[in-house]
Amino acid sequence: MDIAFIVAALIAVAATVRVVTCYNIMHALLYLVVSLLAVSVVLYTYGAPFMAVLEIIIYAGAIMVLIIFFVMMLNLGLETAEHEKAWLRPRIWIVPGLFCIVLLGELLYLILQNKQPAAGIQVVPPKQVGMALFGPYLIAVELTGILLMAGIVGAYHLGRQHKKTLHRFLENNLNT
Amino acid sequence: MNLHPTTAGLLLAGILFVLGLISVLIRRNIIFMLLSVEIMLNAAGLAFVVAASHWGQADGQVMFMFILAMAAAEVSVGLALILQLYHQLRTLDSDEASRMNG
Repeated sequence: MDIAFIVAALIAVAATVRVVTCYNIMHALLYLVVSLLAVSVVLYTYGAPFMAVLEIIIYAGAIMVLIIFFVMMLNLGLETAEHEKAWLRPRIWIVPGLFCIVLLGELLYLILQNKQPAAGIQVVPPKQVGMALFGPYLIAVELTGILLMAGIVGAYHLGRQHKKTLHRFLENNLNT
Repeated sequence: MNLHPTTAGLLLAGILFVLGLISVLIRRNIIFMLLSVEIMLNAAGLAFVVAASHWGQADGQVMFMFILAMAAAEVSVGLALILQLYHQLRTLDSDEASRMNG
């Protein structure tokens, strides 16, 4: 087993345990991003560099940003400023920051060293993935597009606020 | 400790999946439950990629991309549902929704 794999796996498990045991949602999200970055390094050591990049872009980028925006949107109110202050204390950034620095050093080590993967791991190049994706899996790609479309429509329909259709004058008349 | 790389990768995926499962079972905050489902999906994708590297075939990585797309759709719909629940009940406690009997 590779030393890079062991370090990344330990960081992933430790960050995930912190996600499970954390009470504050923002701290948990911070650790979850670190966990996803560590899993991305694990994917890189398993000969799937394109999947590692997709993991960072889609999981740690898009999905986590969506959840963070959502959490911040739910906390509108007078206590928002105090929440922000509590979330952004420097002390909570130290451990995720250390994890991220270790992961960055590991990634640089892996890229600069440019060695062959460990025995028992076969590198699958992105070209082969693309050939499979638009060859035998073409129907599945189309179905995934339909799934994303259904996700957009469902999110729009469910997230819609019920607007007032009556003018307030008419509403007062109705109430009396 | 000299594990085969495939065994080690599957062990890591299993540990992450079990952590997510435990979090779904013990948590009552509904956003944390959504995060735990994300952890479980991620662990399943990791297992697919490890299998792909074991066999040298691209199918596992194709499945990982499908899992990514599915996770994105699931999060968008799930967050919209949580938003509606929060507007109805004014809380994020999932037990509060148990009185919603049909």
